Amino acid sequence: MSLLHLAIISPFLLGILVPILYKLLRRVHAGWFVLPLPIFLFIYFLSYIPITSNQQTVIKSIAWIPTLGIDFTVKVDGLGLLFALLITGIGSLVVLYSIYYLSKDKEQLNTFYVYLLLFMGAMLGVVLSENLIVLYTFWELTSFSSFLLIGYWYDREKSRYGAQKSMLITVFGGLSMLGGIILLYLMTGTFSISEIIQQSNEILTNPLFIPAMLCILLGAFTKSAQFPFHIWLPDAMEAPTPVSAYLHSATMVKAGLYLVARMSPIFAENGLWIWLVAGFGIVTLFWGSFSAVKQTDLKGILAFSTVSQLGMIMSLLGIGGAALHFDSINDSYFSVATVAAVFHLINHATFKGSLFMVAGIVDHETGTRDIRRLGGLMHFMPITFTIAIIGTFSMAGLPPFNGFLSKEMFFTAMVRVLEIDFFNLETWGVLFPIIAWVASIFTFVYSVILVFKTFTGKFQPEKLAKKPHEAPIGMLISPIILASLVIIIGFFPNLLSNTIIAPAVSAIMPNFKVDVHISFWHGFNTELFMTIGVILLGILLYKTFPKWRKVYRLFPEKFSLNRLYNSILADSQRASRTITNRYLTGFSRTYLLYLFAFFIIILATTLFVKDAFIIKTNNVSSIHISEAILALVISIGAISIIFAKSRLTSIILLGAVGYTVSIFFVLFRAPDLALTQLVIETISVALFLLCFYHLPKLKKREERMRFRITNAVISVGVGAIVTMIALSAHSNKLFDSIAQYYVDNTFEKAAGKNMVNVILVDFRGFDTMFEITVLAIAALGIFGMIKLRLEGGKKNENQ
Amino acid sequence: MKTNDLILQTTTKVVVFIILLFAVYIFFAGHYTPGGGFVGGLLTSGAIVLLLLAFDLKTLQNFLPFNYIYMIAIGLLFSIGTGAGSLLFNVPFLTHAFTHIDLPILGDLSLHTATLFDLGVFLVVVGVTMTIIQTIGGDE
Repeated sequence: MSLLHLAIISPFLLGILVPILYKLLRRVHAGWFVLPLPIFLFIYFLSYIPITSNQQTVIKSIAWIPTLGIDFTVKVDGLGLLFALLITGIGSLVVLYSIYYLSKDKEQLNTFYVYLLLFMGAMLGVVLSENLIVLYTFWELTSFSSFLLIGYWYDREKSRYGAQKSMLITVFGGLSMLGGIILLYLMTGTFSISEIIQQSNEILTNPLFIPAMLCILLGAFTKSAQFPFHIWLPDAMEAPTPVSAYLHSATMVKAGLYLVARMSPIFAENGLWIWLVAGFGIVTLFWGSFSAVKQTDLKGILAFSTVSQLGMIMSLLGIGGAALHFDSINDSYFSVATVAAVFHLINHATFKGSLFMVAGIVDHETGTRDIRRLGGLMHFMPITFTIAIIGTFSMAGLPPFNGFLSKEMFFTAMVRVLEIDFFNLETWGVLFPIIAWVASIFTFVYSVILVFKTFTGKFQPEKLAKKPHEAPIGMLISPIILASLVIIIGFFPNLLSNTIIAPAVSAIMPNFKVDVHISFWHGFNTELFMTIGVILLGILLYKTFPKWRKVYRLFPEKFSLNRLYNSILADSQRASRTITNRYLTGFSRTYLLYLFAFFIIILATTLFVKDAFIIKTNNVSSIHISEAILALVISIGAISIIFAKSRLTSIILLGAVGYTVSIFFVLFRAPDLALTQLVIETISVALFLLCFYHLPKLKKREERMRFRITNAVISVGVGAIVTMIALSAHSNKLFDSIAQYYVDNTFEKAAGKNMVNVILVDFRGFDTMFEITVLAIAALGIFGMIKLRLEGGKKNENQ
Repeated sequence: MKTNDLILQTTTKVVVFIILLFAVYIFFAGHYTPGGGFVGGLLTSGAIVLLLLAFDLKTLQNFLPFNYIYMIAIGLLFSIGTGAGSLLFNVPFLTHAFTHIDLPILGDLSLHTATLFDLGVFLVVVGVTMTIIQTIGGDE
């Protein structure tokens, strides 16, 4: 195990310690125990920058399931490192922020930080794994921890709804991604990403190529909340705000982008990939920004804004794939899209993170996030207001902030789509710059709404739960750091270009020599005019918003995606309930019927198909008179049970049969078996007596003909099958008996003289261990069933 | 229903100890002659069931104040712990060891880790049987 593996596992390890520390030191906010880890990891990952900026990678591997080709291989390249830095960097800030946001007296902090650490480790695992199965495992773990965090305030119905929704949608995508991974394995015979990339040219014509691509894209689109799967993200805003800032804007939702970027070298040769990724991205960009304008909840605006920005990065990654189709002459002409994608990914994390924290501060200090009740907070919260201005202007794409730079590059990439002349892009490609421009106008509008409806306008103290005041300094540190990053990156973008962006881009496009240079001023070109147009039209739309608001009523609620999701959920629940009710009758005899019928059918079919039923009499010993008498006694006892009128009689008869069997064991010189059988028989008779005491008297209904015939068929069937198998097993020796081995080795190897017991505790000790475990589970099951039923009954009586 | 079970109660008081002693013997003898943890456990529970039949659940719980669910857990710990212990000596899971020592009066005594494993089986069997019987018997 290397230090890198340890870095990924460390959040899980700390997660084990946090609850203990929390219990021991109740006075300290649990966040302080967590905070050092992401800071330390951030510094640790920073030390990889010199390596990756030289276009080198670090690979460490430990075997996990080598026979299946699954190894825990960790690879640090530009792309993985960028994400690792985001996860640990934003993670540190979010933990710091959460220390002031979540009260240590009111909240269950131990579980919160355990979930958060679970997520941090899982996310690091996703972005650093080289093996697709390991990546998938961590991927599902992020969905799982996101579910736990959204449902953190589980007593609220909306939290539970949001948690379930995100879980269903992202796990649905995750499973389809697993399908895609398996298809890739079928084509290439490996789970290693870099080995698959090496074979990418050969699998291009494989019939499984397109299905694999679709499955993997489904995983990426659901995770990154692309249209039409974006509906889970706004509901995920029920999570505490630090979680929204961390998982649902800066890191987890970008896992889908990461996957698309990672898979680009494999799939982007195909035109369908470019169309799907860029197409879904641009539609999401538009729909997200368009929907954000009508939101009235601060976090609602930010959620749809995140959806829209994720769509923007997604579309850039798609267009960037087009660069793979050109020879090296025009490299940087189309790869600008990929550069923009990576650059915007970083910028988005900075400004959106700070905006989420601002929303959290407003919520925390005023008691509401509804922009209809907010207003005029500028005078109460000057620092928060400044941060909000910086964040929103960057989001809207205004100079001199970093959002302006990436927005310009985005426009450049979209305008250059016009010059792509394959995959029918020459006819429909013109839609890309247009939609991008329109979406940017809406982005401008909601950005302006976000900041000005909250901080300017009329102050309405009567609608607020608390008297607003500036947040404590601890809560402000994190957004201040992020906002300063927005400005620093805005002025000195090339600080990042060779250290982080270029290595990441070259990881996405391995065969390219990427030269990244981001400049502030490009002269009066198309992009600048587009931005000016966005600002002018945006201001106009903002001023006239009440007049065109009606547009949103054109889409009736009835046809919304949420309605569709809800009805699918309700219908599937209803359908499964109907089906289940049909066969779950609540009578254990019905279930026994299923079990035994299945038993008979399977075994009889196997016996018949394999032609396995054989009786040989050549190795049978003669029957002694005493054995014949015992067999007769057993038969009489067994038959009389059927005709017994009361339960007591049947129990005693069953006991008699059991005791007689044990005499058989004595005759065949098996004292261990005989002893065990005798005691078992005694105890089970006592147990039966106890159980049957509680049962009602035998009723008329059990005398019905149909019931009796079914029972007869099943019991005769089971008896016949078992007899046939016993006879065949005796006549049909496929292997040499292992008995001699035990005879030879019982004393030699285990120093015992009782072979049966030595087999039980030593040779086959593993079996025994699991058998007693099963016994224990059965006992606990019976205990739980009876005790829980009693408690439930008591509750009902109280009502 | 009030029954006269004086004979049963008196006999039980004596017989239970004989059964328990026999169970202990069977348990330890298992490695060389018929017996072992499983039968020993069953015999022990048989003795306890006899007590239960002769007296009632309340008296029994006063007499043997065990939480049988804990007994199951301890038994499982013994078995799995014996198995896992072998890992510390860098041999495969559940490898047993044995040795002989000479004691002054008792003479040659053989010690097996298998006995510890069997003790786990013993405890689980007693725990399981008694949990089931107590739960069902105690259910009104």
